[in-house]
Amino acid sequence: MMKKYSILAAGLVSVAVIGTAIAQETENPAIKARTSIMKLYSFNIATLGGMAKGETEYDAEAATRAANNIVAVLQIDQSEMWPAGSDNVSDPSTRALPDIWENFPDVGTKAQALADAAVAMQAAAGQDVDSLKAAMGPLGGACSACHKAYRAPEDK
Amino acid sequence: MRRWIISAAVVAALVGLVALAMTRPQRVDQAQVSGLTPDLGRGEEVFYAGGCASCHSAPGASGEEKLMLAGGRRFKTDFGTFVAPNISSDPDVGIGAWSAEGLANALVHGTGPNGQHYYPAFPYTSYANMTMEDIVSLHAFLNTLPAVVTESEAHDVGFPFNIRRSLGGWKLLFMEPGWVVDGELTDQQLRGRYLVEALGHCTECHTPRNKLGGLKRDLWLTGAPNPSGKGRIPGLTAAQLDWSETDIAEYLRSGFTPDYDSAGGEMVEVIENTSQLSDDDRLAIAAYLKVVPMRASEVGSE
Ligand code: HEC
Ligand code: HEC
Ligand code: HEC
Repeated sequence: MMKKYSILAAGLVSVAVIGTAIAQETENPAIKARTSIMKLYSFNIATLGGMAKGETEYDAEAATRAANNIVAVLQIDQSEMWPAGSDNVSDPSTRALPDIWENFPDVGTKAQALADAAVAMQAAAGQDVDSLKAAMGPLGGACSACHKAYRAPEDK
Repeated sequence: MRRWIISAAVVAALVGLVALAMTRPQRVDQAQVSGLTPDLGRGEEVFYAGGCASCHSAPGASGEEKLMLAGGRRFKTDFGTFVAPNISSDPDVGIGAWSAEGLANALVHGTGPNGQHYYPAFPYTSYANMTMEDIVSLHAFLNTLPAVVTESEAHDVGFPFNIRRSLGGWKLLFMEPGWVVDGELTDQQLRGRYLVEALGHCTECHTPRNKLGGLKRDLWLTGAPNPSGKGRIPGLTAAQLDWSETDIAEYLRSGFTPDYDSAGGEMVEVIENTSQLSDDDRLAIAAYLKVVPMRASEVGSE
């Protein structure tokens, strides 16, 4: 009896744990798609950032590949990934602010600014480490400018 | 009985006089500034390290517009809404006619040209530790920036905070000169301390405040509630921020975190300034943050 009881309790605990994990993870495929794109930026910038910080040795080819990837990811048409109702007021699993849907032209301008910075990085990455370092600032600035305007702060 | 009332009044008057004397606006000694030669390059560094444009450029300004110090940004606090004034080189509505000494009075003592006390929304409690060489150079650099003719707006502050005189008492309570992090420091850590404690006013956001708006110096850089309401401004003490010094310096240059996510919120405008500093200065800030202690037992007591 006792044994069965504790198994049941353990089962309840794991259900509760899975329950909270699911509450944070989004169900909406459009949100999954757009945050995956953001992760692709981060993954490739990690290659460049490691070299900029001197943590990994500068490698012109690897740097160029990473920069090419960022430019390639920026070719993806995201128009289906930001459907109405996928803002953080309607859906707590996202940090996208409702302002996005009121300012599409400005969001587009900020995305274009990122595209420009990514193309500049593409030109710089293969040259030498100093050019790569110099291109990191504008790239990061383009990410931050959009996050500041359109992404809610982390709820810590 | 009558006599007692009179003497009470006399005592009250005396206390008032003493308080007035003690809270009289302070000024720098002219000898401290005269004879110093301004260095424009240094003035420009101080301008970015001090983040003057983050508050004094027009709301929404970006790029080159940030050099037009027209004022107009609003700062909502528990005491009312403050509006940053025009500090462009215009001699009438800006500060183009001010001497270096006048600027030093404002930055180091929070004292205006007519002897008025400034509100601490202007972070002179940090700037109080600036060197006179830096102020004289900043003064010269500000004079090279464009003149803008936008009139400064009045603050929207209720009683009793609208009485600037009462700020003298506030200053007595909260203007603690001197450094927070002390002890044996390397030259690099000392430079970092100057950049953070005197110029960077990092503490204005990353340190919690008491009910009267004074910084809790014993909780220096341990993080604070976000005035915007949502989330918390993270702590930066060595125990809280486990990033390497290179990670911190990279964040202050490009805004990338160690996971290559990018900064958001008010920190973005701060990075627009720190990205203009030299690599050495950003590394100095990181070196300083690594020696900021955290009094763990006191965190969360606000
Ligand atoms: C045009 C606006 C815009 C630009 C440019 C942008 N982001 Fe984002 N980013 C967002 C928004 C909005 C979110 C929140 C998405 C959500 O929660 O649904 C986000 C979320 C993220 C996330 C979190 C993803 C997750 O798993 O929740 C990362 C990481 C990120 N961005 C990295 C970057 C990087 C790196 C760059 C620059 C190369 C960048 N972003 C450029 C708007 C942008
Ligand atoms: C956090 C925002 C903030 C920052 C950063 C800031 N200021 Fe200010 N400043 C203010 C506010 C608000 C006032 C108005 C204070 C008052 O009226 O009591 C002010 C007032 C002033 C004044 C007085 C102007 C007058 O007409 O009386 C001067 C001069 C000044 N600031 C210079 C600077 C300089 C130089 C820097 C950079 C080293 C700087 N400020 C950084 C917010 C800021
Ligand atoms: C105007 C307010 C403000 C000022 C001034 C400010 N910060 Fe910040 N800081 C923030 C906010 C808000 C965040 C959170 C950013 C985010 O949500 O991405 C932050 C984040 C950080 C982080 C990242 C910490 C982490 O755990 O993610 C570091 C490092 C940092 N600030 C350093 C500094 C330094 C150094 C200074 C002074 C040169 C400074 N800050 C001045 C508001 C400020």
